[in-house]
Amino acid sequence: MTNGWVDIKNADVILAMGGNPAENHPVGFKWFMEAKRNRNARLVVVDPRFTRTAAVADLYSPIRAGTDIAYLLGIIRYALENKRYHEDYVKLHTNAPLLVNPAFTFNDGLFSGFDPAKGEYAKDTWAYQLGGSFAKTDPTLQDPQCVFQLLKKHVERYTPEMVEKICGVPKETFLKVAEVVTSTGNPERAGTITYALGWTQHSTAVQIIRTGAMLQLLLGNVGRPGGGVNAFRGHSNIQGATDTAGTFEILPGYLKTPTGPWQSLKEYLDANTPKPLEAASMNYWQNTPKFMVSLLKAAYGKAATKENDFGYSWLPKVDGNYSWMYIFDDMYRGDTTRAGGKEPGPEALITFGMNPVGLGPNSKKMVAALAKQKWMVVVENVETETSIFWKAPKEYEGPPPSQVQTEVFLLPAADFAEKDGTFTNSARWLQWKWKALDPPGQAKADQEILARIFLAVRDLYQKEGGALPEQVTSVSWDYTSPASPDLGDVLKEMSGKALAEVHDPNDKTKVHTAGQQLDGFGQLMDDGTTMCGNWLHSGVYTEAGNNAQRRNNADPTGLGMFHNWAFSWPANRRIMYNRASADAEGKPWDAKRPGITWNGEKWVGDVPDMKPDAPPGTYGAFIMIPEGVARLYAPTFNDGPFPEHYEAVEAAVVNPLHPGVTSNPAFKKFTSDKDVYGTKEDFPIVCTTYRLTEHFHYWTQHQHQGLLNELQPGFFVEIPEGLAREKGIENGSKVKVTSARGQIQGVAMVTRRLYPLKVDGKEMWQIGFPIHWGFAGDPGHTGPLANMLTPSAMDPNTWTPEYKAFLVKLEKA
Amino acid sequence: MQRRTFLKATALGGGVALGFDVSRAEAEMRALKIARTTETRSICPYCAVSCGVIIHTLGDKSKNVKPAVVHVEGDPDHPISRGSLCPKGATLRDDITHKNRLLHPKVRRPGSDHWEDISWDDAVSQIARHIKDTRDRTFVAKNAKGQVVNRTPGIAMIGGCTDTNEFNYLQWKVVTALGVPYRDTQARV
Repeated sequence: MTNGWVDIKNADVILAMGGNPAENHPVGFKWFMEAKRNRNARLVVVDPRFTRTAAVADLYSPIRAGTDIAYLLGIIRYALENKRYHEDYVKLHTNAPLLVNPAFTFNDGLFSGFDPAKGEYAKDTWAYQLGGSFAKTDPTLQDPQCVFQLLKKHVERYTPEMVEKICGVPKETFLKVAEVVTSTGNPERAGTITYALGWTQHSTAVQIIRTGAMLQLLLGNVGRPGGGVNAFRGHSNIQGATDTAGTFEILPGYLKTPTGPWQSLKEYLDANTPKPLEAASMNYWQNTPKFMVSLLKAAYGKAATKENDFGYSWLPKVDGNYSWMYIFDDMYRGDTTRAGGKEPGPEALITFGMNPVGLGPNSKKMVAALAKQKWMVVVENVETETSIFWKAPKEYEGPPPSQVQTEVFLLPAADFAEKDGTFTNSARWLQWKWKALDPPGQAKADQEILARIFLAVRDLYQKEGGALPEQVTSVSWDYTSPASPDLGDVLKEMSGKALAEVHDPNDKTKVHTAGQQLDGFGQLMDDGTTMCGNWLHSGVYTEAGNNAQRRNNADPTGLGMFHNWAFSWPANRRIMYNRASADAEGKPWDAKRPGITWNGEKWVGDVPDMKPDAPPGTYGAFIMIPEGVARLYAPTFNDGPFPEHYEAVEAAVVNPLHPGVTSNPAFKKFTSDKDVYGTKEDFPIVCTTYRLTEHFHYWTQHQHQGLLNELQPGFFVEIPEGLAREKGIENGSKVKVTSARGQIQGVAMVTRRLYPLKVDGKEMWQIGFPIHWGFAGDPGHTGPLANMLTPSAMDPNTWTPEYKAFLVKLEKA
Repeated sequence: MQRRTFLKATALGGGVALGFDVSRAEAEMRALKIARTTETRSICPYCAVSCGVIIHTLGDKSKNVKPAVVHVEGDPDHPISRGSLCPKGATLRDDITHKNRLLHPKVRRPGSDHWEDISWDDAVSQIARHIKDTRDRTFVAKNAKGQVVNRTPGIAMIGGCTDTNEFNYLQWKVVTALGVPYRDTQARV
């Protein structure tokens, strides 16, 4: 989230799309209701189903699953056409005036630079026109090559009629939504967009989210209280997992993982320290060397010296893609050539609190991939599908146990109440939780399990040598209790400390001596005199103590910022990009809802997303972007600088805009025998998946005699009334749902919450079902895995699977 | 007759006979379950609203006492949740105490159709040996272009949704130490 949960109360309009917060974030949803009650805010819901959120909305619009880009570009077109955008904001805070290379084109569904053989774009034609090292601009927004004019041209095709044709929403409903949403395109009003996995789990996911962000920029809503682009993350600490390098492509703090071509620290830093594209760009990533060297000092401690590049060569380098779908594809195939030459795929899996068999798309492939592993370690609270994949029911088509040679260790872990440490919520707040009791039986906290395994491996390398033993033995593990690190100690390391006397570059009165905790990332150095495990978290643990433990719930702003409650990265800032909440002079767009204000000497209000004493006009509001302004046009993504409507990988119709390019051209299909894709002729129904408020993922159905299992005892399939009639399906009867990959059975829930849609002149049905069940779980509360049916399809930028729109057929069981 | 015994007797005999209502007194004699509990501030482990929760455990911190969770409720001081919890948060006690929780390390040997119990020490040393063997066997010091890459493609590691930040950081240090390139998390899926 750019803003916070409580900040939603400051909105005049809330567009909830790609998410069902009343169901999935029910307590956060109270702030929607506060906004409705206290500000008379309008809640607009766009969703394939009439959800629990829709039930309390002021305006509900149906949509065909996966067509959000067409819908949102339709709203953008409406805003531009009817001048319902915040012009001063757009000129000041976005790249609307920047000029783009005339070689950039868009024809018949493809941007310039597409290589059909590779299925990839070369991005050079998408660059800005440069005058010297900076991008050329036209502040009047009239030049046909300026971003604003290019955007206008790009969205011309998304008329209300086209939106109706693609999305299956009646034109009148769409126009009502467009009118309400664009009512915030001025300084007096503010609106927010909230989304969740209904946007992120598509083969066009990143571009859907970008379209939402572009709309918010045009309306002048980014950076303002009551505004922003607000992703509701679905788990207690996946925000933290991303911030702390849970994924292969990043190091802690979103520094890039080194790749083969960056052989030295210098090569790495040269490639990853951007140059400003505008004179007023602060270009904060210019500090990359400070963040990186401080990280290497945290990772390798005394072993990291200036002479050895601070241990850079020990960092594993990646070539190509090692994300989720490739992990299991390479396991299944046994090797890969994506890295250039042939390299082995994984022969072993270690998983802490993760259940890939339940979670991954295309369950049969997951089971088959794990059956090829030599060994596996599963650390869990309960016996998950992953830990018992070797005895999966026969419909998963795994080999019989006697033929599965995988050695599986299942280690009992503490649950949340039995360990301390911080979770980062969707609003970027790091909150400390205290341990309430010891884990049951022989279960242990996960940090102890990890530490004991690591120390045992390190011991073997120290005694026996092996492949590059220094890589293993040089990592610092300097904790008071190495076999069970104290998480406060670890948080201190992440937050960062001085290793020699360090002087704050901006404030000479601030001096830290060796061993002292630093105040924040502004004090990090690139010479090895500071260490910091995650620059974004810097400041969470200072000499004043553990700021994640703060519990002062005073809110002097009245805007729901709570600066003394826990710690919000970065720098305890509560609203990202808050410089954009003010105009060119530093005056808030809306005096009643100030983000930050220039008082003549400094910025006051929220922790400024700006140098605190830099007068307005010194720097652009978007300090992390080389342009210094926000991007309506983004020449960096893998599937185009502007969003474009593409059908899902399993397309329900031929793309009405460009029949030659139906689905996202930058997605490459997987090719193993387990990766089969269905056609609209064989599988004519659009299917989507979702969660229920009464269960959590593949977890709570394990609770023996749990109340949640009483509330939602089993799997069901939601079927619109008309389709049920057509198929002779009665409410409560059994049905079969089949995709190209498998079949599942469940109880029919015949409902009016799903509608027949008219798409491209044809009537079309959508059905859906909840995730949550699988072949593991409390006896009596097991069921089919929803992912038995989901495809090996994903977004080409984030590589997140397309769980939200695929094709099935439906029959009576 | 003490007051307590009297109330018990009258409750058994039916308070009505006394000609006055003893229900209030009865309620008083049933001590509130959480009256003597230790309250621990925590954060709900489910979605990313991160509601504040108070975990009530019975039993003090003495060495020979094993605390038991008797109740979990919303934390009214928490600025986001203000004491509210959804059905999942409100039933967190079930999640901590239910009998399907794993209590012992187990191993399933190749080709076997069942679990066997294993001690922690044996599990840790056998896993460490596996890690070393796989790393030494699959380690790629240089890629096809001859660039130094120092990676271990033989091992994949994925981390979960309810791991703390501190655990995630330690895990990053371990994958870095082992050279593991295949790593991912719940955030992807």
